[in-house]
Order: sequence, then C-alpha cells, then structure tokens
Amino acid sequence: MLSKAAGGRPAKPSFVSYVSPEEIHIREPAGKEVNPYLLPGELLLCEASTVFKYVQEDGSNRGTYGKLVCTNFKVAFLGYESASDDNEPQFKNKVIGESDITLHCIDQIYGVYDEKKKSLYGQLKKYPEKLIIYSKDFRVFHFCLRCTKEEEVKRIVSGIVHHSQTPKLLKRLFLFSYASAAPNSPDAKNRTVMFDTFKDWHEELERTKGNVKYEVVSVNEGYRVSEKLPLYFVVPKSFLKSVTESILVHQGRGIPIWCWSCHNGAALLKMSAFPKEQDDSALQMPKLLDGIYKTIHAPPYEVLKMDDLSSSLPSLQDIQTAYTRFKQLFLIDNSIHFWDTDVKWFSLLESTNWLEIIRRCLKKSVEVVEQLERQTTNVLLIEENASDLCCVISSLVQVMMDSYCRTKFGFQSLIQKEWVIGGHSFLDRCNHLRKSDKEEAPVFLLFLDCVWQLVQQYPPAFEFTETYLTVLSDSLYIPIFSTFFFNSQHQKDTIVSGESHNAQSSPFRLLTVWDWSVQFEPKAQALLNNPLYAEKPKPDKSQRKTTRFKHHRQLSLPLTQTKSSPKRGFFREETDHLIKNILGKRISKLINSSEELHSNFREFYDSWHCKPVDFHGLLLPHIEGPEIKVWTQRYLRWIPEAQLLGGGTVAIATKFLDVMEEVQKLQKQMDEEHSQTAPEDADAVPTLRNSARLSSLFPFALLQRHSLKPVLPTSTWKDLEDEEDLAKRDDEFVELSGAD
Amino acid sequence: KLAQMEEAPLYPGESIKVIAKDVMYICPFMGAISGTLTVTDYRLYIKSIERDPPFVLDVPLGVISRVEKIVAQSHGDNSFGIEIVCKDMRNLRLAYKQEEQSRLEIFENLITRAFPVSNGLPLFAFSYKEKFPVNGWQVYDPMAEYKRQGLPNESWKISRINSTFELCDTYPAILVVPTSVKDDDLSKVAAFRTKGRVPVLSWIHPESQATITRCSQPLVEPNDKHCSEDEKYLQTIMDANAQSHMLIIFDARQNSVAVTNKVKGGGCENKSSYPNVELVFLDIHNINVMRESLRKLKEIVYPTIDEDRWLANIDSTHWLEYIKMLLTGAVRIADKIESGKTSVVVHCGDGWDRTAQLTSLAMLMLDSYYRTIKGFEILIEKEWISFGHQFAVRVGHGDDDHADAERSPIFLQFIDCVWQMTRQFPAAFEFNELFLVTILDHLYSCLFGTFLFNCEQERVKQISTKTVSLWSYVNSQLDDFTNPFYVNYEHHVLYPVASLNYLELWVNYYVRWNPRMRPQVRVVCVWFLFPISYLRLSLTPLKITAQL
Repeated sequence: MLSKAAGGRPAKPSFVSYVSPEEIHIREPAGKEVNPYLLPGELLLCEASTVFKYVQEDGSNRGTYGKLVCTNFKVAFLGYESASDDNEPQFKNKVIGESDITLHCIDQIYGVYDEKKKSLYGQLKKYPEKLIIYSKDFRVFHFCLRCTKEEEVKRIVSGIVHHSQTPKLLKRLFLFSYASAAPNSPDAKNRTVMFDTFKDWHEELERTKGNVKYEVVSVNEGYRVSEKLPLYFVVPKSFLKSVTESILVHQGRGIPIWCWSCHNGAALLKMSAFPKEQDDSALQMPKLLDGIYKTIHAPPYEVLKMDDLSSSLPSLQDIQTAYTRFKQLFLIDNSIHFWDTDVKWFSLLESTNWLEIIRRCLKKSVEVVEQLERQTTNVLLIEENASDLCCVISSLVQVMMDSYCRTKFGFQSLIQKEWVIGGHSFLDRCNHLRKSDKEEAPVFLLFLDCVWQLVQQYPPAFEFTETYLTVLSDSLYIPIFSTFFFNSQHQKDTIVSGESHNAQSSPFRLLTVWDWSVQFEPKAQALLNNPLYAEKPKPDKSQRKTTRFKHHRQLSLPLTQTKSSPKRGFFREETDHLIKNILGKRISKLINSSEELHSNFREFYDSWHCKPVDFHGLLLPHIEGPEIKVWTQRYLRWIPEAQLLGGGTVAIATKFLDVMEEVQKLQKQMDEEHSQTAPEDADAVPTLRNSARLSSLFPFALLQRHSLKPVLPTSTWKDLEDEEDLAKRDDEFVELSGAD
Repeated sequence: KLAQMEEAPLYPGESIKVIAKDVMYICPFMGAISGTLTVTDYRLYIKSIERDPPFVLDVPLGVISRVEKIVAQSHGDNSFGIEIVCKDMRNLRLAYKQEEQSRLEIFENLITRAFPVSNGLPLFAFSYKEKFPVNGWQVYDPMAEYKRQGLPNESWKISRINSTFELCDTYPAILVVPTSVKDDDLSKVAAFRTKGRVPVLSWIHPESQATITRCSQPLVEPNDKHCSEDEKYLQTIMDANAQSHMLIIFDARQNSVAVTNKVKGGGCENKSSYPNVELVFLDIHNINVMRESLRKLKEIVYPTIDEDRWLANIDSTHWLEYIKMLLTGAVRIADKIESGKTSVVVHCGDGWDRTAQLTSLAMLMLDSYYRTIKGFEILIEKEWISFGHQFAVRVGHGDDDHADAERSPIFLQFIDCVWQMTRQFPAAFEFNELFLVTILDHLYSCLFGTFLFNCEQERVKQISTKTVSLWSYVNSQLDDFTNPFYVNYEHHVLYPVASLNYLELWVNYYVRWNPRMRPQVRVVCVWFLFPISYLRLSLTPLKITAQL
C-alpha cells in the first residue's frame, strides 16, 4: 500500500482488485440451515444460497458465505457462521438487522459483468456474477454470486430488481400486511401531539397564545372542502365567514393557514397559491387577498408580509439534482474509491450544491424570524401546494424560535403538525411506490440536514442527539410505520377505513414512528437523548454570566461592537476613498449613512450573534460558508476509512456521562448529609465505557475495522490534475429487453 | 481626562513611546472608530470611549509584518493613513489628521518599535519584567526527558560531543546516539550531512525499541558520493532494534526534488549503498509553497468571507491539502514504528522544517505523554526549539524585511495539524484550543523568550536569565488551558484520519477577527464544568461540619 501511494497514479477504482472468493477460503455450507427472521405479515419471496458477502474494507476479499433472501419487506443476507455473541452491537435495530435492507431503502442496484459495473433495471437478459446494492441509508453491499446455482441467481436477482424497483400499488405496501397480521398491542403512551383532533390544534393555539386572533375550524370534516387540507386547521378568526364561498370553489387554495404564533403576537401563516395557468383564479386572487387583509388587518392594524417561496428558494428539481449528486460522494465501493473522492473533495462537494441549498434555507428562515421577532410582522409563506418548502421554512422558524420544538416530543409534534398532517407528500417525494421519478425530492431530508446544522452548532440547545436525527432519517424507509407513507391525512384515512371494511376482524391500527420502542430497546433509546442538553435554567442572573467568555484575551478580540457594517467590499474598495475624505468626524457620518442602507437582516443577524447564547431562547444558525458542514454521522457512518478509534463526539459524550455519574454521586452524598429526603433514583445513564476504543461512528460502526492499523490515503494531491469526475460518472445501463 | 480614560494598560517593564488623540481605526466590521492611540515598546493600543462598551484594539507590535503609509489629497488637506499588515491573519488601517504634530512621531515610532532588530534595539522580551509563580524555563530538561523514555540503554547513549556546538551549531548540546558509535566517526557522518545535522534519536518505543531518528539530507552531490561511516551509522541504528531487519528513511520531499538537490550538493540516500533500507518520499512541498498557501488563505478569510464561493475558495488555497499531506506522513511514520516495529529515519533538506513537523506529530500520535500540557510543552521545546527550527528566520522577529523568502508558517502548520487531531479526538488531549491559540499568539508577540532566536547555541547565553518563558505564564493558570473532556488514553496510539472529509479550516484561529465567527466551544465547556465545581464547593463545608 505504501509503495502504491508513493508511486504514480493509483489504479482506478475497479473490481479487478478482488480475487475471486474461491481462492480465499471456501467454506461449504454443509447443509446448514439458516432461516430468516420474518415479521408478522412478511413473506419469503425468493432465496439463493452460497452467496458470498464481502466485508467492506480496503479492497480485501474477506467476507462470509450465506443465504440471500428477498421478502415482501426486505432483502436480507443470512451468514452461515453466526456472529459471536460478544460482537452484539449496543445499538441494535429490532426491525432491521445489520444485513437487512428494506425494499424501500434500496437506492441503486448494480451488476458486475466481466468486471464492468452496470445498473440493473427492468427485465434482465444476462445475470451478473456480482451484485452491488446501494441503500438509501448509505450502506453498500457487495455480493458474489459465482458459487450460487444459476437458477437461484436468476431468481434472486430478478426478484430483488422486481420487488424494489417496479411500481407498486399503495394497497400493496407492507404496512398493511403487517398491520393486519401483527397482534394489536395497546396504544403506547406517547406525548407526541398528533394533530389529528380538534383538541390538539386548540391546545397548540393556547400554548402559543395564538387563540386571540386565530381559531380552529372544522369546515373540512369529511374532507368536504379539500382532500389536501387536514380535517382541522387554524385560520384567522372570522376569516371563514367572509370568504367561505371562494374556499369551496378553490378547494382550499388561497386560505392563509396558521402555523405558529410568536410571543409578540405576530403569526406565521402558509397558503397554497393558485395554479398559475388558470386565468380565472388569477382574477380571484386579489379579491381573496383583500379578504385576508381585511381580517388580519382589522384593528389594531397589522402588517402582513408575503413570501413566495417558489421564487426565493431553489426548486424541488434543484434539490433533487443536488442530493442525487451529493449522496453519490458517500456511496463508496472501496478504499481506493474513497481516497480518489477525497483528493477532489472540496470541488466535488461544491459541484453538488447541497450545502448551498442548506445555507439558503437557513438564511431564508432567519429572514422570516427577523420579520416575526423584530418587526412584529405576520409572515405568509406561499407555495403552490404549501406542503414542501413551506414545511421546511415554517418548521425551521419554529425550531429556532420555540424552544419547545427543540425537545424530543416538541420536535415530533412539530413534524406531525407541519409535515404529516400538514400534507407533505411523503409517498411521492420519497417515491415509495416507484411510480414517478419526477415527483421525487428529498425535502424532508433537507429539513433534517438543516436541523442537524443547528444541532451541531448548539449542542446544549437540543434534547435529542444527531443519532436521533440519523435514525429518524432511516425510518423514512421502514414500511411498518404509517408516518412517512402517505401523501395526506385524507389518503391515509380513506385507505385505512377501506381496509378495515374488508378485514372483518377488529379495525387495524397503523404504527407511528414516534413509538421508538418498536425499533429500539431502552438501552439503545438512551442514545437518542442528548446528555449535553441544558435543562431549562432558573431565572438567575449569576448563572447567565457563567455562559459568557471567561477569558478576555490580552490580544484584541473585537468583542464589544454594538452595530456593525459588514458590507462586503467596503474595506477594500472604499477605504482609500474614505481616507481621502478624512476630516475629523465627517467620516462617521459617512459610515452611518451606509449603515442605514444596510439590510435589516444583517443587522438583526449580527446583533444576535454578538450576544451570549441563551439555549432556551431564540437560536439563530451561523450561515457563513465554513459553518455549514457535512452531516458526518449520517453520510460517513458505514465507511471504514472514516472511522476514528477513540475519537469523534462520542468521546465527549462518554466523558460527560462519567461526570454526570460523579455529580449524581455527590448529589446523593449531599442529600445524605442533609438526611432529610431519601435520594431519588437517578435516571438511567447509558453505559459507554472505554471510549478509547469506541469508534467515532458509534453507534453505527457495524462494519468493524478488524485491525487497529491506520487508514492511509492511496491517492495524494498529485492526482489533482486528473479531471475525471467520479460523482458525475455515468454508469452504463444493461439493455432492456422488450416483453418477457 | 479623556486621554486618561483611554490610556493603555502597561506590563511591568513596558513604556509608552507616543500618544496621539483622535486617531481613527477603520474597522472592516464596525466602521471607523475614533480614539486615542498609544504606541509602547510592546503594543499598539487604541481605545475609544465613544462606544459603549468602550472599544479597545490591543495589538502586540510583534505581529506586525509590514507598515505602509497611505497619503491622499482631498479638499486641499492632507490626510494620513497607515496600513498595517499582520502575521496573525489581519490587516489594520489607521487614519489621522495631518495638522497633528505627532503624525511623524506615530509612524516613526511604529516603525522603530515594530522592527526593533532592524533598528538596533532589543526585543521587548528582554524588558518584560512580569513575575510568575512558576518558572517555565525549568519545564524542559533534556536529561529528564530522555530518562523518561528509558535512555540511556544498552544501544543508545547520551552524548555530550556537541556541548560546545562544534559538531553541529544548530543542534542542542545533548544528543542521543548509538552507543557503539565513536566520536570520530560521528564527525565524519556530520561532514556528510547538510549543516552537520547527523541522525540522532528523537523517540524510542518503550517496548519494541523501534526509534524515530532525525537528520538532514546526505551530501550526495552530482557524483553520487557516499560515506561509509554514514552507511555504518544507519546500520547501527537498524541493529539497535532487534525486532526488525529493516530501516525506513522517510524523505519528506518529493522524489524529484530530492534528486535535483544533488546539483546543489544535497540529495538522498543511494539505495545501493544502504542495504536493508527502504526510502519513502512523502511528497510534502517546501516553505515557499506553504507561505503562498497561507497568503491565499488570508485573502479569502479577511476581512470577509465570500459565502457563495466558500468551498471553491478554500479549495484554491490548498491549505487543507497540505495539512492532509503532513498528517498522512506522520501517520505512516507512527504506523511503521507501532505496527511494523521498524525504526525510521526522517529528514528533508536541512532537517528543521518538515522534519520537525513530522517527528513531533508522529510522537504526538505514539506517546500519550505529549498530549498533556506539560508533555506538549516539552515536545515543542525539544523537537522545535532545541533542535533548531529557525524561529527567528521563519517568523522574522523584529525584522522589517516582510518579503524575506525565508519566512514561512511551518510552525503554524504544525499547530494546525495538532488542532485537527484535537478535533478528531476531543477527549485525548489535556489542553484546549485556547492553549494552541495562545502558543501561536506568542509565537509572534515577542513578549516571552520561548520562540526567540534560531537554535540552542544562540539562546543559551541569555534567554533563561533575561527573558520570561511562555510556559511560566501558561503553567501559572492551567485551568484556562485545560480541556474539561480530557481522558488519559494511556498507551493508546492515535491515528487521525487524513481525509478532507474530516479536516476543516480552523475558524477560531484564522477567522477569529470576524465578529460573526465567534468561538462556541468554550461556552459549552464553561457550562459543562459549572455543575461539578458547584457541587464540589457546596459539599466541602458539609464535610467539614460532619468531621467536627
């Protein structure tokens, strides 16, 4: 390896480096029976034995033989040699094993033919000797089929391709077979507000004190007005009475729907716009807006700012394109591939545009926050369906302004309110049914990535960890939860009532993703809670002081500005001019005037960042280039080269838990000294001992690196001249045959 | 009265050279600020009580690399401006009225005091009279450090052959060399190595006895000269480690550069003359490339960051790629020692820039002792200061030749690599980010004697009696520099991942003048420490009463 790196160009990432598994070590299955673990309602569709699964590690040929199966829920690999018990991961998913991929989680399938990698699609003429599966949670599986019987190869490859890639009917989702077969467990107590009842909305209005000007309406009961709107929603008081007629005509388009109220009374609203091609509705628009103004503008007069998100943010198509390129950077075949990507890292990253889209969403949200918070202006977000970028921006605004949304239940309720009930088309956007690529766009992932940026910038402000967000993103593809598998509340209600009708048995209930006990044992669930979360502080001034900087560095740090004028280019271009004009205080006037021109946004943003952070107050993200980062845990977690033994934030968490234990012990000691109250049992602290050997990718480091040897780049900067763009490289397609 | 309120605080031994009222500091972030300017023999200080809270700019003159006058005419009045280019990633612009009598004085004083060496004046470190409870000059004792490593032993001896700096004037007085090597042979080896920098031991593995030795390039010359004493000497180094029958020479340079160096009298070891030796080139660029890279970096982060082009800009500086190359090289060295149990020899050209970077980084990975505050101080004292990294030349202390091609941010690059490691292993280091920033600030400030001069020979006469050590200051307030998350990973080798996925720009250093880029980590640390210290405090009186 050393000589390879020291010498000239390394070989292209290829599969040539693999020696065939037979040469390594053949272990006959010897009639050993392995059977897949099946969920209720899960059916085995096809299987193949003597499949060799490679361990993903620096191009070595190690791996295990086993059985590859495809069910109506997942593709699973079952090794003949059972893993040793002490290797049991601490963070185990009860539904999805480490070698399981749900059908919805399969992203791309490749076959290797004579060492050429080709995308598998449709009906296959030829069957590959190797099968590569990229999953949407960034795992990469390499299976060798050379020792498998030809019949079985045909069946398993076409089975996997068929079941994961051909269009499906909604009713055929695994969700329903699972729900009808699973024993009806009693509803778990869950503090997440589901927003499917009148009461939920009413309480949310009361919580945010929005009930002065807004009210819940039940006009859509039975989906009379619109199938897109939820059963219950909130509008300005007396609004409906004035414009009921037009609502019915336009199926709910043009209604300003309340999202959230700020402590100062300003509200965040959203509205779906009229489709642009209808001339008729364009005429209706001013009339409607008039109505909105009348109601919101009622005394005391208030200002309403409208923000058409479709013109001020990237389109869904842009988002989809960016993410498609971005995710490719992390679907790594082998070590050489990893280091080749690394050499061109920054230019590849830039060419995806994903981080820039995140930055623009965060920036837009800060703008909205500024209007609500500082200008006390109502903000109306407009988008064609009010269910994509509207959801992103309105949720981000609430995460920034409302510390309740930074608790676990608050965050889950927010997703229920804005996304699930709010009508985000999860089914279409995730393309769960594989019906149309055109509707696909990772809008919800974009939102989670934006939230992650906030989490990594202000860890003590969130009750949940980045692991929580990662696990949540994975849950998008687990079809036993109903949460992310419908386009609207109406769609879900219709199909559920229809199915219940058919099944004579008791009405079936769909699971919600918020019941984390379905996926994780309590010990694993503890890793979703942030030990660094700052409990709500007492209103005590002395405590606030401690969050300030302790050190006043003797070198000058500009800590003390009140106003700033960071207009770009001022320094370079205008200073000479300024110096020319220096005549006593004249200059300060000059600068003041430029400050006046300066946008409200910048001033608000800068002045907020000058103050010490209150983790329970308003939280604004840093949006400068260096502060927008790659969500390492989600994207790099399965790449062995990216593991740091003894490193990463998990090292800090471990230390923190140790200290927490110490604090609890001291607390107990103190309580005993006082000997008044019996010490309460401390909360369960997850045990993460020996952080020196924990991987930075914990809890996801399933693909353990077997050696403690360091990873060394196989390519160096010298290859920079190489123009080949890995991420954009097109793969050849296997030709489709006509009808079967 | 106003002048009193805007007066500069002074260190013991510091004196004011000039005071000027109504000087304008043109801040790129806050606009122009008018206040009183004080120039002392240590600092440039501007305070304005116009603002609330008062604005203060306090810059040690040592960070100044260039001062330029800007004269412009307007409305028949002459207005004067000064542009100050600093070594610590910022530029300052001052402006003042022409009719002020002190205008010449300001400029002249600034020039003389910022570049004392060029003006025949002593550096401020020799006037600084602060007393600290701890004496930092006692931190590093070479004998104690070698003893800690288990030296001398049967294969390695502590040699005083260089006690008068005759063997090598840029090496320390105390060296560790193979026991069997005679002084005469050592002199012959010295004659074959650039500037007499013979291979000497930097670190020895406590179990395998594999060693890191450092030196300069061999003087191969175009005619492929060889030196039998040098060959024998490297053989002895290999033999001192019974675990391996190999020796690996890491040449930090690119292969082509090493070869073309032959023309200038240098070169690299000829494989045919050294059996059982593997020569590995680490492809690290020279000081000029690094200086240029940092210049580009400053351009993109100061005064403002172009948000839209951030990734393309950071890519164009190549700064992080060079960091990656350095870390990769150091990981390879550490891996050879740890997993290969093979001794290594590290050199570049002169053996005081890239060599120091590589050996000290590899030692930091291999030996958890160097990850403590005291251990890190020793690492710097040993591998950098005593082994003659040319601090005075590379930084240009008190020198007005800002375009000197010998200047280069080699030590900064090393500290950056250390910071990258602390990012990847947040619990493995006893020190925090402030510690690293403080070291870099005083690399330039000339307040302490620690980074003055080029090598031990130049330092030995005066430094410890006439100046204060940076470690006196640091070790007197260790709490400020301690990482609250520190866990002693004893005996654990740390291998950072040298992937651009993980390397990031050190914002809290390079972009710290931008008020929008405020350090956040420290806030968390303070908050984190609060509950324990609070509980401990409240527990103490309880315990005392319990005992009574």
